[in-house]
Amino acid sequence: MSAKEEILGRIRTALADTPVTEEVPREYRTTSTMSQEQLIELLVDRLVDYKAGVDVIEAEQIPDFVASKLKDASSVVYPQGLDARWLSALGSEVELRLDAPGARLSVAELDATSAVVTSSAVSVAESGTIILDGQPDQGRRAISLVPDHHVCIVPVSTIVQLLPEAMPRLSITRPLTWISGPSATSDIELERVEGVHGPRTLDVLMVRGL
Amino acid sequence: MPAGGQGNLFEQEPFPKAAHRELGNTQMRKNLRHATHSIRDKRLKVVGELPDWEALRDAGSTIKNNSMATLEERLLEFEKNFTARGGVVHWARDADEANKIVTDLVRGTGATEVVKVKSMATQEIGLNEHLESEGIDAFETDLAELIVQLGHDKPSHILVPAIHKNRTEVRDIFLKEMPVVDPNLTDEPAKLAEAARAHLRKKFLAAKVAISGANFALADTGTLGVVESEGNGRMCLTLPETLITVMGIEKVLPHWEDIEVFMQLLPRSSTGERMNPYTSLWTGVTEDDGPQNVHIVLLDNGRTRALADRFGRTALNCIRCSACMNVCPVYERTGGHAYGSTYPGPIGAILSPLLTGIEVEENGSLPYASSLCGACYEACPVKINIPEILVHLRGEDVDAKREKHKLPTQMDLLMKGGSWALGKGKNIGLLEKALPLGRLAAGKDKKIKKLPGIAAGWTQSRDIPAPPNKSFRDWWSDEKESK
Repeated sequence: MSAKEEILGRIRTALADTPVTEEVPREYRTTSTMSQEQLIELLVDRLVDYKAGVDVIEAEQIPDFVASKLKDASSVVYPQGLDARWLSALGSEVELRLDAPGARLSVAELDATSAVVTSSAVSVAESGTIILDGQPDQGRRAISLVPDHHVCIVPVSTIVQLLPEAMPRLSITRPLTWISGPSATSDIELERVEGVHGPRTLDVLMVRGL
Repeated sequence: MPAGGQGNLFEQEPFPKAAHRELGNTQMRKNLRHATHSIRDKRLKVVGELPDWEALRDAGSTIKNNSMATLEERLLEFEKNFTARGGVVHWARDADEANKIVTDLVRGTGATEVVKVKSMATQEIGLNEHLESEGIDAFETDLAELIVQLGHDKPSHILVPAIHKNRTEVRDIFLKEMPVVDPNLTDEPAKLAEAARAHLRKKFLAAKVAISGANFALADTGTLGVVESEGNGRMCLTLPETLITVMGIEKVLPHWEDIEVFMQLLPRSSTGERMNPYTSLWTGVTEDDGPQNVHIVLLDNGRTRALADRFGRTALNCIRCSACMNVCPVYERTGGHAYGSTYPGPIGAILSPLLTGIEVEENGSLPYASSLCGACYEACPVKINIPEILVHLRGEDVDAKREKHKLPTQMDLLMKGGSWALGKGKNIGLLEKALPLGRLAAGKDKKIKKLPGIAAGWTQSRDIPAPPNKSFRDWWSDEKESK
């Protein structure tokens, strides 16, 4: 008998008393009670608590803010679908590296890149969580992981209050990365300290009108 | 009855003996007290922020119960969807079989080292040791697992395996064991995290094979999820060409939307955070993004055995948050090593014997490692009634021992005597007449210091005051007569 057949047989034996399933009580909150301004305020508060950098800006300010966040960077990787205008104010000393299908940066190249700029799919204000789903304006997972500085654009229209509100906006079978602040650890004396293997600096630009 | 689990699921010695020794380690007790109390306060604060916490617990508990009740169907559904998206599913009856599958998969890639994401399942089956015996080096990449691995130590907590070490001890381990390390390394946690980053960076960038566990599998989409903090998980799940995940069969959830419940319950219960820094979800293979060879080993290793226990099966609902150990007065004092098994604390005291079978003598003492105070039940995000299962397993243990020994034990005789004495008022009255005799045993200081037989455990750390001259019944009837 194969392992699969045997395990499934064991499950049938174990459940010989045929336990019943019950309707899942979903009394928890699934709809927001907040205005957009309150959502922005809550998300800012959560991200600051996680030691991320946060600015709430207008769409036309994006290039300047991206440039100011990256003033110390020598190179920046960006995904193919990113709005190229967002990078237009970067100084000529910053090398731009496009990551696109058929023109992928190697892991070593990514490791030698100072920063990454991506957009994001959905953000959950209550838990301070930004979700990337690998769409062309966010790119494949490695680019937002290996460089040490992540500048992430969060369009205000993509902010929801509660996690259950985010679910219908996700394509679950795409590779998803949920980010709640820069990389951190609680492994020493259960106290959170920021900065381990993921990007140690996370700058979030929350953009009105997007 | 399905077969019991193997691997690191057994107490190494009876809990009372191990606990006695561990209690002597005052540094560890200090470290544990500090860590468990700071996490308790954080957890209470973030749980208190959610007005619907109890509703989330109710939903989580029912989703898990339903999943266990329909486990065969869920696993088949998961297999179908994971396979359809380019993943490969393997089934392992027990620890040995899982170890062999993983070893063969690693061999097939030609790699001689692997990077690992922290995983309870691989800890349980002793995968690292097995790989090492086969000439494959496994590098733990979670900070706490790294501390344990470098310190040639054993994990003592399921979330923070190095909780028994404080920052200074961690620094000393790094200084001694890391091949390249700043000799002036301080014990500041941020500096220690930086040292771990430097130590592992090259490994991540060069790794061909990664091994992970999974916090959940979603049946209706074939998706796997890993919840982490440091980014070591993302490194392992994203950069290598081959990803092998080892997961207990109980981790499957029916619907992908169900994670909206568990991703609210888990981070708040485990690290006391509103959300953990990183969560990764992947569904089979995604072209041009992440590992292109993706495997999962579905592990039984005693889970069907636990499932067969209708009073104990809810232990399989555990999402490994560790809230129960952080609030447990027993765990706080003995630490995790005293439990022997990979799963310490209140959940370990029920899960280990349920996975192996209580009649396996080695795990007979674990259900007694509790004062039944109930703090674990209150903290459990999926409402596992741990105290009730502990009592149930104690009963099973007594029955199993009776079966084995045939002859009545001291406990049986005591219980029989108790049943006679308490069965009738007349009987207890008769016994009480003999009470003043106890004064003889007490001696001059009017204390009984040592009881005989199994009752000796009670007097090990306390005295019994000498009984009074007269029992209450006698006093009462004398009072009545004198009126």
